[in-house]
Amino acid sequence: MSVNLTLLTVMGALYACGIYLIMERSLTRVLLGLMLLANATNLLILATGGYAGLAPMFSKDTDPGDYNDPLPQALILTSIVISFAVTAFMLGIIYRTWVLARRDEIQDDVEDIRVAETPSFDAEDDSEIPLETSEFPLTMIGSDGKGITDSDLSGRSGADGSGRGDSPEAGEPTVKVGARTIKAEDAAAEEQPGSQNVTPGPEGGVK
Amino acid sequence: MNIASFAPLAVVLPILGAALTFVLIRHSRAQRAVSITLLSLTLLLECVLLASVWDGGTAAVNIGGWPPPWGIVMVVDQFSSLMLVVSSTVSLAVLVYATGQGMADGDQDAPLSIFHPTYLILVAGVSNAFLSGDLFNLYVGFEILLTASYVLMTLGGTGPRIRAGVTYVVVSVVSSVLFLIAIAMIYGATGTINMADLAVKLADLDSGTRMLLHVMLLVAFGIKAAVFPLSFWLPDSYPTAPAPVTAVFAGLLTKVGVYAMVRTETLLFPGDSLNTPLMVAALLTMVVGILGALAQSDIKRLLSFTLVSHIGYMVFGLAMSSVAGLGAAVFYVAHHITIQTSLFLVTGLIERRGGSSSIDRVAGLAKLSPMLALLFFVPAMNLAGIPPFSGFLGKLGLLQAGVQLGTPLAYALVIGGVLTSLLTLLAIARVWNRAFWRKPEDAENPDPVLLAPPEDSDTGDRAGKRNVTLLPRTMVGSTLGLVAFGVALTVFAGPLFRVADQSAVEMLDRSSYIQAVLGENAPVPTIAQPEPAQPEPVQQEGQK
Repeated sequence: MSVNLTLLTVMGALYACGIYLIMERSLTRVLLGLMLLANATNLLILATGGYAGLAPMFSKDTDPGDYNDPLPQALILTSIVISFAVTAFMLGIIYRTWVLARRDEIQDDVEDIRVAETPSFDAEDDSEIPLETSEFPLTMIGSDGKGITDSDLSGRSGADGSGRGDSPEAGEPTVKVGARTIKAEDAAAEEQPGSQNVTPGPEGGVK
Repeated sequence: MNIASFAPLAVVLPILGAALTFVLIRHSRAQRAVSITLLSLTLLLECVLLASVWDGGTAAVNIGGWPPPWGIVMVVDQFSSLMLVVSSTVSLAVLVYATGQGMADGDQDAPLSIFHPTYLILVAGVSNAFLSGDLFNLYVGFEILLTASYVLMTLGGTGPRIRAGVTYVVVSVVSSVLFLIAIAMIYGATGTINMADLAVKLADLDSGTRMLLHVMLLVAFGIKAAVFPLSFWLPDSYPTAPAPVTAVFAGLLTKVGVYAMVRTETLLFPGDSLNTPLMVAALLTMVVGILGALAQSDIKRLLSFTLVSHIGYMVFGLAMSSVAGLGAAVFYVAHHITIQTSLFLVTGLIERRGGSSSIDRVAGLAKLSPMLALLFFVPAMNLAGIPPFSGFLGKLGLLQAGVQLGTPLAYALVIGGVLTSLLTLLAIARVWNRAFWRKPEDAENPDPVLLAPPEDSDTGDRAGKRNVTLLPRTMVGSTLGLVAFGVALTVFAGPLFRVADQSAVEMLDRSSYIQAVLGENAPVPTIAQPEPAQPEPVQQEGQK
């Protein structure tokens, strides 16, 4: 199988530029990169067809070996059509991004950032549970802090299990989050979307 | 003239439906009738196809009368027809659910009327990918379903959907380009793209070339199937789409990738030495996926992570390349399509009823709507693998196959599988405790409808409209139907497992597939199957 060196060089250059461009953050450049990748692949398919031959239209006198291989060209046609459709769609959503956000950039996922910033302290799972879990707390064991099981949070009083942390006296309860120490109340608030620093929206929280 | 000659109708009928619904774009009632009718017909046809190969055997159809390896063939065997039936059942349930949602919310006008044609094209693409016996036609099937999924993903064009859609489109296009490059290189190396012909001719290549082609295909399909290092895109993009769309994506699209991986491993490159990297990838997919699920507070995102995690089970079964492992993987795919879709549909209902899909804000649903609690509980326990559900049976089959294999890596995977199952239960129990058992007063920012007295809370404000029915009967009914189908997979697990095992035997043997396509006398190259009981010799592997 003989290969056209010029085509191969062009293909390599297209792949290199395409891969470079899809690494960019700008959506238009990503689109250009995808187009270059698609065209480089078309050249690759063309190269797999071997040497250039006669047009593959049957005539009695021609030796079968002289024809060009028609299959790669059929594949290229299909892949051109597909990449055309995808490019048109990408242009549509890039324009829509521009209309909505006025920015031609890939945007960060709000929910991802929220999960990443959530402290490991989870108000509902990790806050200390009063021993009395009955719905009819006659003796109110948990209310004066006697029932607290977690010794880590010494000084905390008035835990009610749902992280509301109403403790006006006896010092502020604190929680270690990474390197810093924050109030348990704030940790609980950060955990809950829509409570203090995150406003709830129909599609997830927005800072 | 055998029954398999009608196989192309599984692709043609949905495309016909897409054309009709596109013409009827201003008549939403006619649109609904046409799409549901045509999808039911497709399902009926696929059931007939499955019945025709129920006892084994493979049938091939030459499209346009061109004989293979020149023309395109469609191949019906147990695995492909089983996938077709399960996927069409799921698509039909989701379609009914979506029309119910549309009727309840009263969205008669564009752009949502584009949903029906696009959805049917998606179904056609999925059918085409399952039936294809030609590598390039498989690529075309993938492109059909992906292009339709781009449109469905960004339906309505809101900010978060566009943001998620951009990631999704770029990742999908890159994986498609990789697939196309692999096809080009395979054609360059062998001069054919017919899969049965490739199964014969790839055996003649030297092992380095074969390894390169093999890795290229696996990476391309791995992105589509969301296998661990390549799964980053899925939890970001799926949850923002409308509930029925997320449901059908979660059920079908990744499984088409898994299906292609199974065909690659069994038909094209059997007995190659990529099983060890695949097993490592399967272990990481399971564990990393489920750890991600534990960190989430949005139910849709949590379920997306369990989706990634449970893909690991299927890759595990595939990587063992034994009859027991592959059979269990086939069963697990059928189970997981149904269960994962049911759970996403229920999440859509939770979002309607509770006003949010965040487990921090939803509460007290078990009391408000016991039906909803039942609909969530059954598939959730099924997903976590609690006996006697099909999730338990599938996992049991995989673990048994792993113990049977007996290598240290297989034992690591068995332990990882059990751990993942337990962590899935933990993640699911977190949702259950908060969304269903907690009192509404304990939730942060609960939707007003949660706190309303039960008698006047069957309607509420949704999607900017007042007095919308919160749980329309069509939506609940279709979800119930799908949950019942999942339970039926448990009840009929015996025959189903037998078919799955038989299809595994045929896929590993390959002669049935190759001879159905290339003719009775086609030579079937023998492959050196590694002995299952002995540890494999040290192999030289390509880069993972």
